[in-house]
Amino acid sequence: MKQLFSREPFALLAFSVVILAMPLWLTPLGANYPDLLQKFAIFAIFAMGFNILFGLTGYLSFGHAAFLGVGSYAAVWSFKLFTMNVLPAIFFGVAFAGLFGLLIGYISLRRSGIYFSILTLAFAQMCYNLAYSVLTPITNGETGLQLTLQDPRIIDRAFAEAGAGLPETNLFGIDMSGYPGFYFCAVMLIICFFITRRIFNSPFGLMLRGIKSNQNRMGYTGFATRPYTLTAFVISGMFAGLAGSLLAVTDPLAGAERMQWTASGEVVLMTILGGVGTLIGPMLGAWIIKYFENIFSSFNNATLENAFSFLPEGLRTMAVDVSSLFVGEGWHLTLGVLFMLIVIFLPGGLMEGWRRLLRRFSGGGGGKSETAPVVQPAE
Amino acid sequence: MTTNSVLHVADVHKSFGGLKALSDVDLNVEEGTTHAIIGPNGAGKSTLLNVCVGRIKPDSGHVVFNGEVLDNHTPDEINQLGVSRVFQTPEIFSDLTLLDNVMIPAFASRDGSFSLRPFSKLRHEKAIREDAENTLADVGLAVMKDREAGSLSRGDKRRLELAMCLIQQPKLLLLDEPTAGMARHDTNRTVDLLKTIKQRGMTKVIIEHDMHVVFSLADRISVLAQGRIIASGTPDEIKGNPKVQEAYLGGAH
Amino acid sequence: MDAILLQFLNGLDKGGAYALIALGLTLVFGTLGVVNFAHGALFMLGAFCAVTFNKLLSLEQVVLDETKKTAWGTATEIRTPYIESWFGELGSFLLDYSVPVSILVTIPVMLLIGIVMERGLIKHFYNRPHADQILVTFGLAIVIQEIIKHYFGANPIPQAAPDIVDGSANIGALFGLGDNIVYPWWRLVYFGFSATIIASVFAFLQFTTYGMVVRAGMRDSETVGMLGINIQKRFTVVFGLAAVVAGLAGVMYTPILPPDYHMGMDFLVLSFVVVVVGGMGSLPGAVLAGFMLGILQSFASMTEIKSIFPGIDQIIIYLVAVVILLTMPRGLMGREGVMEE
Repeated sequence: MKQLFSREPFALLAFSVVILAMPLWLTPLGANYPDLLQKFAIFAIFAMGFNILFGLTGYLSFGHAAFLGVGSYAAVWSFKLFTMNVLPAIFFGVAFAGLFGLLIGYISLRRSGIYFSILTLAFAQMCYNLAYSVLTPITNGETGLQLTLQDPRIIDRAFAEAGAGLPETNLFGIDMSGYPGFYFCAVMLIICFFITRRIFNSPFGLMLRGIKSNQNRMGYTGFATRPYTLTAFVISGMFAGLAGSLLAVTDPLAGAERMQWTASGEVVLMTILGGVGTLIGPMLGAWIIKYFENIFSSFNNATLENAFSFLPEGLRTMAVDVSSLFVGEGWHLTLGVLFMLIVIFLPGGLMEGWRRLLRRFSGGGGGKSETAPVVQPAE
Repeated sequence: MTTNSVLHVADVHKSFGGLKALSDVDLNVEEGTTHAIIGPNGAGKSTLLNVCVGRIKPDSGHVVFNGEVLDNHTPDEINQLGVSRVFQTPEIFSDLTLLDNVMIPAFASRDGSFSLRPFSKLRHEKAIREDAENTLADVGLAVMKDREAGSLSRGDKRRLELAMCLIQQPKLLLLDEPTAGMARHDTNRTVDLLKTIKQRGMTKVIIEHDMHVVFSLADRISVLAQGRIIASGTPDEIKGNPKVQEAYLGGAH
Repeated sequence: MDAILLQFLNGLDKGGAYALIALGLTLVFGTLGVVNFAHGALFMLGAFCAVTFNKLLSLEQVVLDETKKTAWGTATEIRTPYIESWFGELGSFLLDYSVPVSILVTIPVMLLIGIVMERGLIKHFYNRPHADQILVTFGLAIVIQEIIKHYFGANPIPQAAPDIVDGSANIGALFGLGDNIVYPWWRLVYFGFSATIIASVFAFLQFTTYGMVVRAGMRDSETVGMLGINIQKRFTVVFGLAAVVAGLAGVMYTPILPPDYHMGMDFLVLSFVVVVVGGMGSLPGAVLAGFMLGILQSFASMTEIKSIFPGIDQIIIYLVAVVILLTMPRGLMGREGVMEE
């Protein structure tokens, strides 16, 4: 079984089936609606890309949301200037994020540890603050960058007259809202999974892990470490740019708050929650946070009354009172408690918990090399 | 006689604050020899190796390796020229497996200081894997190849680091107390191992406190005391040198 | 010239707040080795101590005066705070001075919160990776924030400074520099207050045995552990002290910035920049960087400067942080090897 999944085609096939069938298996969890599904896919890409940097090289960027924002802005500009087709939009989103990544990474990677974190945070906060103030002509400030009827859209105009209302994003005529939008994001996620998996299992990935483990040794072993970390930084910035442009694809609007440090913090939490350095952990972390954000925040007292209807009157009021703290407006509280519980009882994240479970069920023999996250060859 | 100098440390000075760590150090290491550097604690032995691998820059003087002046070389460039080093406290990749630990340096030797092939597959690198397994077998760690390096004993970590250097087949191997912290049995094995490398013609510089190890390996010995080389010569010459005895007995005690 | 002096003054109060928060962060990081993301929440809790104290003092007694009728023919309500009806003059005085007086309440409350936090949570994280510490304290910060939001609402709650320092001081006239330098009294008070607290913290570290252990621990924690001193107890005290300092910074800041539940996070991010610019683990560095960045920020918001570099006021702190970190690898006064793993 394990060996079967370590084969690339099977791993990809299994992953694709799980992702594409999300509308099916998320229905019983009450999460089968397109908006949320799109977010699952998009933030999975964001977290997966972040993990290529943080999980493999150990460099903790606290400004990754900048790339998310750059991707969104670039994509919306592509919609405004050229065409509503999503392919150029994601191309520009990824390309611009890559350029930004190259620039910010080149400077920030001169330092390591917390100094690197603060440098990336500083750059992201500068992007965020400037997007709100001086760069308003490009970002439209607080309102956020939107489509308007006056947009040139030169490529689209060359083929057809402008319609009456605001156009929809599309992929050669297929509307990118609702389920088609999700499937588009899902395909992107599958491609990203493939890329990430390849990086994890390549000599390049091994070098990145070497840098995380002992950067000095890498130097004395004959590696110029900075090109490696810079490449990882740019790749992970491009993933974030892709995620940002997909946000614009599913909803053509870009706001500066997407670049704020809270957004950067969120992706750090997703990654740690799921399991740093694991292939699918960050994706699970992203899903759980987005699930809580959407499901818990939509609960209100009526829902709670319903849920506790089996309890007698007095107890029910009490249960509703207490639990109402944690839902609706207060869902952040749930998130905070969840983090604390995970870190206290399950350092290493969900994937660590999963490994512990596996070990328990495989007869408690913990001595075998079950821990290696890299897929070792079968022969 | 014409000998071929692999490493030439020419008139190197280095001070930290007011403390002179190295002064006037001049050293010639000839090809294929094992050159031991001995001296009391704090004599500047590790500083000397640090200068050789580019970890610290000398205040004045030069280090020349195979005709190339190393003044402005970074550690990775110096390694790529053919210098590998075993550190006093093992510098290994603690959370990777032993096999990975040894494969990484092999990639450095084959692909250079940077190669961007993020999509090639590790499992297709059969030659490097076999090489790594053989090198692990050479140092006696083959059975543990899938263990995490951090879980090894101190002596085993040293042997692992030695394997990481050996797989690169360096022209010059620098060893900073390779047997410290090892049991007698392991020390003997390491000495045997280093002897076989000597037969392959690798040049070595070794810092060591264990005189048994020094005299069974070294072709030449230099004695460093208070940042200066006070004597250099064959083991027999050093044994009878009164200045050395003073440095060890009079100076240190 | 006047404008420059005024901007300099403007920077002092903000700089004071940064310095106080950064001081606590550094203290906890330097001695306990813990990166505390809940430190901003402590600042916020301090501010809400002032809010709560004021709320309690302002509880009103409602008396219906039947003799005076309102336009609707109902009795007029006369509202008097209980404290005034009980203590008369002293009561009004207390109400007027509720912000500074709440310091007396804040110190024990914050000390208690700090000790509970350290004993209940932080001490289990001394030997865990920094990432774990960040995550768990970040979670704690969210929890504290949400609880405050639940009880006090999401809107800022303005607090008044005592009447006597409510207006502005004519600093220029005081120092004979012309009449153009007018500056709110309370901000001066805040600067003086932060300077006093900073001085007391340094004095505590310099002259008490606790301070000695802390300073030794910041230099070499292993050795101190081997000396057989009861480190645990002293760590708790250090954490409590940092909590008190953050809380006091928050209390006195309320007349300058109406507190709301997320003020802590806003200050925390900047304070981390301050700590790193100052140099991880250096207390004087934290204070220096706090004031420096506060003053620079205030200068950058001058219209003359903004017209040359548009948007500079928005990014100055981060820009300075980038330049300093690139030119001085360990910040202004940092030591080698701290947190570079």
